[in-house]
Amino acid sequence: MYTRSLTLTALVAAGLLALSGCSSTPTPVETTAVAADALTVSDAWIKASDTGMTGAFGELNNSSATDITVVAASSDAAATVELHEVITGDDGNSLMQQKEGGFVVPAEGTHALEPGADHLMFMELTDKLEPGQTVSITLELSDGSTVKIEAPVKQYAGANESYAPGHGEPTDGSDSSMDNESTEH
Amino acid sequence: MTDSQQESTVGRRTLSRRHLLLGGAAAGVGAAVAVGVDLVQRSGGETGLPAPEFYPTGNDTEPFYGTHQSGVMTSPQAHVTLIAYDLLPGTSREGVERMLRLLTDDAAKLTLGSAALADTEPELAVVPARLTVTVGFGPELVKRVNPAALPEWLTPLPAFNRDSLADEWSGGDLLIQVGSDDPLTVSHTVRMLSKDLRAFATRRWAQSGFRRALSSESPGTTMRNLFGQVDGTVNPAADTEDFDTVVWQGDGAGWMAGGTSFVLRRIAMNLDTWDKLDRSGREQAMGRNLKNGAPLTGTKEHDEPDFEAKTSLGFPVISDISHVRRARSENTHERIFRRGYNYDEAIGDGHDSNAGLLFISFQANPTTQFVPLQKRLDELDLMNEWITHIGSVVVAIPPGCTEGGFIGETLFR
Repeated sequence: MYTRSLTLTALVAAGLLALSGCSSTPTPVETTAVAADALTVSDAWIKASDTGMTGAFGELNNSSATDITVVAASSDAAATVELHEVITGDDGNSLMQQKEGGFVVPAEGTHALEPGADHLMFMELTDKLEPGQTVSITLELSDGSTVKIEAPVKQYAGANESYAPGHGEPTDGSDSSMDNESTEH
Repeated sequence: MTDSQQESTVGRRTLSRRHLLLGGAAAGVGAAVAVGVDLVQRSGGETGLPAPEFYPTGNDTEPFYGTHQSGVMTSPQAHVTLIAYDLLPGTSREGVERMLRLLTDDAAKLTLGSAALADTEPELAVVPARLTVTVGFGPELVKRVNPAALPEWLTPLPAFNRDSLADEWSGGDLLIQVGSDDPLTVSHTVRMLSKDLRAFATRRWAQSGFRRALSSESPGTTMRNLFGQVDGTVNPAADTEDFDTVVWQGDGAGWMAGGTSFVLRRIAMNLDTWDKLDRSGREQAMGRNLKNGAPLTGTKEHDEPDFEAKTSLGFPVISDISHVRRARSENTHERIFRRGYNYDEAIGDGHDSNAGLLFISFQANPTTQFVPLQKRLDELDLMNEWITHIGSVVVAIPPGCTEGGFIGETLFR
């Protein structure tokens, strides 16, 4: 019974793909292509925080036939923004640290930034990030081009990973996790 | 994930399957071709009979963006949860805007069957089942944003003599109505929205209601309440000039143009004493029969009641103090659009039921349309013997918005 609707949907989807294929001409990849033209970010958001640090997430989409690497990020909302990954430490706990080589978004593929995995780490927030605000983030790609994205601030209870030793520990002795709650006062 | 699963997901997100099967405009040529191919493939089966058809209705969607908010004219879904919030003291005009932007973004995504941003249970978001999220403003919210914009009618209803209102079912600065044919979807949506509201407001109350399950009966069948009565026969039809007049605020309404007002009366129904009443007594109290809701002077549900008709003894066939007679006004302005739900909840001590009606009505102006009607029923209505109004809410339902905007944006202009 269920097969029928799956068959139907698959066919429809295939039909739509075929239709869209007709309407667009494939663009040959040129060596002069700017990576930023092929990189989009969907569903970007950043965790609300009163002070210190927080994480930003979303899905990186690469529409080109070449891998794209995000090598750096910046924002007016923080002194620095780092590219982080989450690893499992020797004791089995999740730890975060800077990602060597940046985020590689595969050709015609995606790379997810999400709590508990790769993410953008905002260090030393310039002001508190309140739910519903929008934060601008600039991603720098390996060819030097940049992509600017807007990320709404959301309250989020998770994304509380601690730092791996020697990675980005705050110098002011404050809590080194991302567990910051923001409420209206 | 296999290729076919992926394609299936793409198909679901792109088009409502029901639209495809009905050959809706959105589907276009591709769908028609697909259906044709599918039928050809199926026709040569072992039995030669067409396979039974199963189409999950969970993928059906209602629009989010538009002139009006969804959840008013939308054909009522099987399940509803209403939640009311009180704004935190520090939630300013700017905070209200941030809150509404978040709500709008969540609602727009979830009604399409997509996870909200930072949705911790994204798998629960993929079955919208005609999900609608309708946002309403109490007087306090309007005052925080723009006190001068407070409509005269946006105020608690006047106290009626028979009211027995509880705070726990009344009032609120922000109201959200979440409707879907799938109760799991309602639950997830309420949870997601609640998390985004934490920074701005505290929950005041929540009330859930239900109708018949989806596809249990023909679409458009008037609801039955837990007294067994057909409930809501006299209602303007969606997408008519009459509906526009009764429900929507006109161009002169400023920030509320395209909006409406929402009235909720939580009506406890005493099923235990109702049990003592025989069938003819029940029909006399209502003025309609129980079989199909026809007036006692008619045979079909939508027959006009004849209040002049007399019995052989000279008494009115429809009692002057029946619900139908008392609810009817000579003034055609005093009409409302009803979209109620039943509730049936945990039983308190000494009773065998805790059930009733979430009486929900939409009307352009509650003061001039709903209040006179309720005043007459409060004064005299045979049904009052078995019902008690225990909750009351009035909110403004602002107009809809377009993509990139947010619900309530006109209040900020």
